[in-house]
Amino acid sequence: MISAAVPLSCAGGGDFSLIHFFLLSDNMASSEDSATEKLTAPDRVTPKGDTSIFNSMAFRGIAYQVLLAAFVILGGLYLYINVNANLERQGIATGWSFFNENAGFDIGESPIEYDSEDSYGFALWVGVLNTLRVAFVGIILATILGVFMGIARTSRNWLLSKVANVYVEICRNVPVVLHVLFWATVVRFLPHPKQAITPFDGAFLMNRGIVFPIPNEHPAYIWVGVAFVLGVIGAIFLGRWAQRWREMTGQYIPTFLWGCVIVIGLPLAAWLVQGAPLTWNVPALRGFNFQGGMALSPEYAALVVGVTVYTAAFIAEIVRAGIQSVPHGQIEAARALGLRPRFIMHYVTMPQALRVIVPPTASQYLSLTKNSSLGVLIGYPDLVNIGNTTLNQTGQAVEAIAIMMIVYLSISLAISTFMNLYNRLVAIKER
Amino acid sequence: MNEQQPADAAADPLGDETVIQLIDVNKWYGNFQALRDVNVSVKRGERVVVCGPSGSGKSTMIRCINRLEAHQKGQIIVDGIELTDNLKNIEAIRSEVGMVFQSFNLFPHMQVIDNLTLAPMLVRKMPKADAEAIAMKYLERVQIPEQAYKYPGQLSGGQQQRVAIARSLCMQPRIMLFDEPTSALDPEMIKEVLDVMVELADEGMTMMVVTHEMGFAKTVADTMIFMDDAEIVEIAKPDVFFTNPESERTQLFLNQILTH
Repeated sequence: MISAAVPLSCAGGGDFSLIHFFLLSDNMASSEDSATEKLTAPDRVTPKGDTSIFNSMAFRGIAYQVLLAAFVILGGLYLYINVNANLERQGIATGWSFFNENAGFDIGESPIEYDSEDSYGFALWVGVLNTLRVAFVGIILATILGVFMGIARTSRNWLLSKVANVYVEICRNVPVVLHVLFWATVVRFLPHPKQAITPFDGAFLMNRGIVFPIPNEHPAYIWVGVAFVLGVIGAIFLGRWAQRWREMTGQYIPTFLWGCVIVIGLPLAAWLVQGAPLTWNVPALRGFNFQGGMALSPEYAALVVGVTVYTAAFIAEIVRAGIQSVPHGQIEAARALGLRPRFIMHYVTMPQALRVIVPPTASQYLSLTKNSSLGVLIGYPDLVNIGNTTLNQTGQAVEAIAIMMIVYLSISLAISTFMNLYNRLVAIKER
Repeated sequence: MNEQQPADAAADPLGDETVIQLIDVNKWYGNFQALRDVNVSVKRGERVVVCGPSGSGKSTMIRCINRLEAHQKGQIIVDGIELTDNLKNIEAIRSEVGMVFQSFNLFPHMQVIDNLTLAPMLVRKMPKADAEAIAMKYLERVQIPEQAYKYPGQLSGGQQQRVAIARSLCMQPRIMLFDEPTSALDPEMIKEVLDVMVELADEGMTMMVVTHEMGFAKTVADTMIFMDDAEIVEIAKPDVFFTNPESERTQLFLNQILTH
């Protein structure tokens, strides 16, 4: 590349040291470089001393950048002036002072204490938390369901792969809005609290949502939590140690099994040591509704299920594509060496499949998060819902929309940063 | 094991022990018959070269021997174990039978050394240090120890195929299968791979090689097998095979590939 560039600038007259410098340091598209190569190659086209600056790649590169920057700045300026003029003509004051004013509206559900006396800022914060609540749970559930369905699609079991196939084709070909509306309708058609469906003792499905029992709080649970964290750390160390032990002695230790024993066993032991305290907070019907236990609103349940089922179908396809992207020869070679299917999956297929799976999966996480804004359709108080209410009440359209955009942008950037880090972790080196 | 065999081989070129036996093997892909009543037996230390036009079933046959393909009728017995769908038997046979592919099939995400130590560590439960020592020994054998810490993508085709041979040898197999090992190589790299294979043959390894390299066949083969249209047409010693083949089809094939 570079060697091709040198003869051009030399033949061009020699006094173009600046251009020479740019050509050497420039990382222009290689196609242009090869064009240069053709021109300077034998003696077909002789540079005739036409050293016009407009023929210089470096000059053109800079000129286009300057043009684009000017265009963006002028466009932005025009919009800004226009908006300001219009707002002034309609007598709308801009600014963020509404943030501290009383919101004056109720919010259906909130993970933190909120009432209508609180400020708009706080109401919006509740919206952010509600959005995160859907996105977080949705991402986890969609990943589990998607990976399962994706592997099922590659299965040799006819029934399993067909079921996964039908699931994928139906779910990814129906707009996500319909998914959310469908599940909202399903929840609405559940029976009244008095006839609630009971999948197991203490849990109830009804048109007011889902309630299920949770253990009553007890100081011992703190220790159980501590034991769980210790168990996870212990399992990680066990994995490292087992790997080294295997490399040293060749003996294989079933880390997964022992890891599970530690992660489950330690908290269990902590719980038993403290006298195994367990009383359940069981929901019970009082009047027209249930009291106690843990309750999920019908809107939340419908939104989570809707976006999960939709996104999982895409993740399933990504996982399938990733697994199938590994050439069959790789698996044959591993088989020919006598490796077991489990080892082939772990050491040969998965490392090569993950690099195909991770980047598009990150996109799916982003789209799930943004699709959670459809909660506004079924009355779930997510950020868009509360942002809309704020906008309607205060008339601060620009600010309200800006806040929503900034929040979604921040969440998305956070997710993609995390996924990029993960991608770097699993990315495989090939040279 | 390999070190001792040349001495035995000199005294008695081929032992009596049959290590691969195919009895009336048939295989179909749908309606297409890929193997028809194939009967072959290979003795310990024997070097068998299989040739024939493309689509004649050569690759299918040797891929059946370590059950990368399953046959549907007949019997295949390798090292005294019959190949059925018993997974334990299949794994046992695969760890004793090395295979080299046309397209190398090295694991691109592992360095050469890790390609070589993977199976000995996971299948033979070998400590890493031992596995690496063996890996280096075989890399030296194929004359590329300096490439141990590179990735397969950084090597030339010939080097990759030599790594693939070393990878198989690291399992210290008793039988080696070669499925057109030089067909994907540039002409100037064919020799370096064939040299390694000749050396291996000289050491007394039991080998079954599918190839179009008739020079190699003449040098090393104890037995030539010619296949056409899913059948074995002719099995003969190389001197007979190349000078005076029985079948007209063999004659025709040899004329086609030897006249240029």
